[in-house]
Amino acid sequence: MTDAAAPRPALRRGLPPQLVGLGALVAFFLAMEALIQGGVINRFIVPPPSEIVGSFGRVIVEEHVFSRFLLTLSECLIAGVLLTVVGVSGGVLMYRFRLLQQACETWVAAMASAPIVLMYPLFLVIFGRSMWTMIMMGFVAALPPVILKTLEGLSGTRKVLVNVGRSFNLTPSQQFWKILFPAALPTIFVGIRLGLIFALINIVGVEFLINFGGLGQLINELAERYDLPGTYAAICFVILVSILFFMTLEKIERWLRPVD
Amino acid sequence: MLTPPSRTEADDAILTVDNIVVRFETPEGPITAVDDMSLRVRPGEFLSVIGPSGCGKSTLFNVVGGLLGNYHGKVSVAGETIAGPHPSIGMVFQEESTFPWRTVTDNVAFPLELTGMPKAQRIERARHFIALVGLNGFENRYPGELSGGMRQRVSLARTLASQPKILLMDEPFAALDEQTRLLLGDKVLQIQQQLEQTTLLITHNITEAVQMSDRIVVMTYRPGKVKRIVDIDLPRPRTSEIVGSEAFGRYVAQIWADLREEASRGMRDEEAHTLTHHKGASS
Repeated sequence: MTDAAAPRPALRRGLPPQLVGLGALVAFFLAMEALIQGGVINRFIVPPPSEIVGSFGRVIVEEHVFSRFLLTLSECLIAGVLLTVVGVSGGVLMYRFRLLQQACETWVAAMASAPIVLMYPLFLVIFGRSMWTMIMMGFVAALPPVILKTLEGLSGTRKVLVNVGRSFNLTPSQQFWKILFPAALPTIFVGIRLGLIFALINIVGVEFLINFGGLGQLINELAERYDLPGTYAAICFVILVSILFFMTLEKIERWLRPVD
Repeated sequence: MLTPPSRTEADDAILTVDNIVVRFETPEGPITAVDDMSLRVRPGEFLSVIGPSGCGKSTLFNVVGGLLGNYHGKVSVAGETIAGPHPSIGMVFQEESTFPWRTVTDNVAFPLELTGMPKAQRIERARHFIALVGLNGFENRYPGELSGGMRQRVSLARTLASQPKILLMDEPFAALDEQTRLLLGDKVLQIQQQLEQTTLLITHNITEAVQMSDRIVVMTYRPGKVKRIVDIDLPRPRTSEIVGSEAFGRYVAQIWADLREEASRGMRDEEAHTLTHHKGASS
């Protein structure tokens, strides 16, 4: 046969993207350093990157950043597991029962834009001043994108794939697990990623607001002491939590669905 | 016009489509997509149904494949009336229908997996069908790494792996260029002859239909009815080389003569519909 495989885009020789990304970041920090040192940006509002880097050792040793980091990480992990299980199940139920979808989709979407973090006093009353307040805040705030993206992924499954399943006489369970779910997986993962962002923001936000727990509390304490380099260093650890989650999610997604 | 099938022909048929009528409700009122359509497909036969756009070909495909339930009439496989998808009928769709998350082997092994066949055995069987469609060497590739023609061959191999009595195809090569289409036609012919596979092809492509078929059913434009059945008396085994023969050209001309009138009617109808719709929208 003559129809050959679609040509795969050739890898460009030159700098790898990771190096370019890192270079851009370094360039940004150097520019900031120059602007701050030159007095263009007030160093009492934004500390120079060199000071932030210099404060890492102090934050790690004196502020017990690793135990706080692990606490925030575990809160995010528990919230992430909860929102994946409940959110994906919710999306599946809404896909399965049209009435439920018609009844709930609008207010679930509305909930996604609601400032749920402001409900923290209610959560404090229910769960007390414990890590569960943070977990449940993160979970509730992050639920809508997971539900909506799961619904979108399942509803957006190409009809022809569903028809292939029907032509092979699949049971409803086989139709779901062998066709609908794998077809929807990339969109579901977009929802989980969004959910984790929402969860992390809310968890760190509530830690900050109630001055309890992991990195949020640390940021609060450092900010109140007006230790700006330390505050920014702690924020770097929040970003690290986010990076770790994204890397893990990417690995899970590639394992579940090697290609798109 | 078509004369009713003889008693012997009906008895011999592996697939019988009797007096199918399909009506749809549309905002413009009810439409009869298929009207009193009857077909007989004999074992090992390659039968094509050809018609202009909008004549109800795909509706007929869905009825025979059991994907459409709301119709009058009867579809039988080897004398057994069927309602819904039937294991004896394997479907190949017009749209790209491979599973992008499965390798070529896993795609082709899909129907075997459903039967509970042990993994080693189903991979071996899948490889047999992959070889049959000429995709050796691509077993571990994903559909995203293949061309459109190759993906359609994966779909074909997957359907063949379920070992259907009847292969039902809906314009499987419609999205491909003419040269690839002719060459894939060769491949389908080769497989059909090798497996003695009863095949019902739905198409709007005259060349494709004449190249592959033993008989061609020409449909009228809406409502879709049988206008004529043409026996294709071209030698077998056939290849795409036959496209250049005089006899081939005669068949193409004969079918086009029938189709031209229907296609023109379809075009006029479409233009009138667009005009009415446009006037309605602007008033």
